[in-house]
Amino acid sequence: MSKFSQLLQDVLRLCIKYYPMYFAGMKNTVLLALVGTVLGCMIGFVCGVLNTVPYDIRDPFRKRVLVRIMRTIIRAYVELFRGTPMVLQAVFIYYALPYFTDGAARFSSVWAASILVVSVNTGAYMTESVRGGIIAVDPGQVEGAMAIGLNHVQAMMYVILPQAIRSILPQIGNNFIINLKDTSVMFMISFTDFFAAHRGVVGATYLYFPSAVIEMVGYLTMTLISSFLLRKMEQRLEGSSSFELVVADHLTLTSGVYRNPASGELFIERNRDYAGKD
Amino acid sequence: MEKEAILEVRHLSKTFGTNPVLRDINFEISEGDVISVIGPSGSGKSTLLRCINLLETPTAGSILFRGRDIKELGKDVFSYRAKVGMVFQSFNLFDNLTVMENCTLGQIKVLHKNREESEEYALQILSRVGMAPYCNARPRQLSGGQKQRVAIARAMALNPEVILFDEPTSALDPELVGEVLDVMRDLAEQGMTMAVVTHEMAFARQVSNRVVFMDDGVIMEEGSPEELFTDPQNDRTREFLGRYLGR
Repeated sequence: MSKFSQLLQDVLRLCIKYYPMYFAGMKNTVLLALVGTVLGCMIGFVCGVLNTVPYDIRDPFRKRVLVRIMRTIIRAYVELFRGTPMVLQAVFIYYALPYFTDGAARFSSVWAASILVVSVNTGAYMTESVRGGIIAVDPGQVEGAMAIGLNHVQAMMYVILPQAIRSILPQIGNNFIINLKDTSVMFMISFTDFFAAHRGVVGATYLYFPSAVIEMVGYLTMTLISSFLLRKMEQRLEGSSSFELVVADHLTLTSGVYRNPASGELFIERNRDYAGKD
Repeated sequence: MEKEAILEVRHLSKTFGTNPVLRDINFEISEGDVISVIGPSGSGKSTLLRCINLLETPTAGSILFRGRDIKELGKDVFSYRAKVGMVFQSFNLFDNLTVMENCTLGQIKVLHKNREESEEYALQILSRVGMAPYCNARPRQLSGGQKQRVAIARAMALNPEVILFDEPTSALDPELVGEVLDVMRDLAEQGMTMAVVTHEMAFARQVSNRVVFMDDGVIMEEGSPEELFTDPQNDRTREFLGRYLGR
């Protein structure tokens, strides 16, 4: 039992002394995860939509080649960033500039480099999620949109993506929570996130385990709150299941019994009366 | 007086892989025509309509809309599709939009009308199909027959020159077929040009002015409903109608 009271004491001591460091780290972690996820989603949506641009033999040769090239590039991007660890991507991006320019050019802020790495990484995952969401929407919806004369971008904007978002949203939440945790690897390029606070504190106090306990609780708090908020968002997106009827539907009631309205006349439901010729 | 042709289909062929679905189809849709396309399942009726709306790319032959080959439309294909309305067997209403929004989306984005104008017009059309009371409902809250009436309104809201119906009642419960056919009959009587792929022989006989019998990707016989239903010339037509009409 004495070990636990010892731990409690150590944790409390660390909290009281170093809470500004922990809080600053938490703030940076949340901010980086948030900005990275938002930018990543934008990349994902653009790439996902571009990846589903249809083409067929009717299209001019130039368009077909362009679409093929675009798909290849997006494919390569997804495979590259999904297939390598983020910690290495960070090192690559952060040190490549000074290496190639002999130190003349470098990232002026570690923030810029971190945001770039996180959003590009998230974008790779989101591209696939968006593509999956689009494919999962009933193909009849695309045909309906084409049949009324919408082009690909309009069909995506007003019909397909609003429906795809239902299956994409859980993935966005997933990515955000993954980012909350995985931004911890950014200490490699000396980004001062929540995990960097741990390293700082440990360096000064050598209290490895008590600080790790604080980290655990801290990360779990952040992810649990995020999960809760994301659930709420999903529920709001579902929308109301009820709707308001203006009046009863005459045709359903009279289906097959008699015809209403008489041909050539305009039937105004609200007046329950026939109006003049249209 | 010769009516002006809206659509002319010339030597149209379509193959899926090595499987020919349409073979050398020739026919015309003129103003005011109500054409019923009948025939056994898999005879290419739906594919014919889908080729006309460019949902499928024809393998050979041409389709002329007001004398212009639709293969050479380029960017005009979008306004062409608005002029040639389409009603699907599976409705294909936009599930994320209300009934009203389903009918205004095309008006706003394709015809570039403003919101008030298109809502007013949509309401007018929706009253004609008896769906105005449901303008705030979403498609998943409607019955099949109601969905199809909204789908008809959505096509009509764009003021099309012709509406193509692809088996509009085949996915409906029997008791809901009547309300959709009533709406279509009204449209026909008001002079709307229509091409209807259907298995409703009574509708084909009473409402249309021309009936096309297709089998195996070929137009076997074509004529007035009187000729085709009472005195079919082709053996296949006779056999098909016999099965349907119990003769």
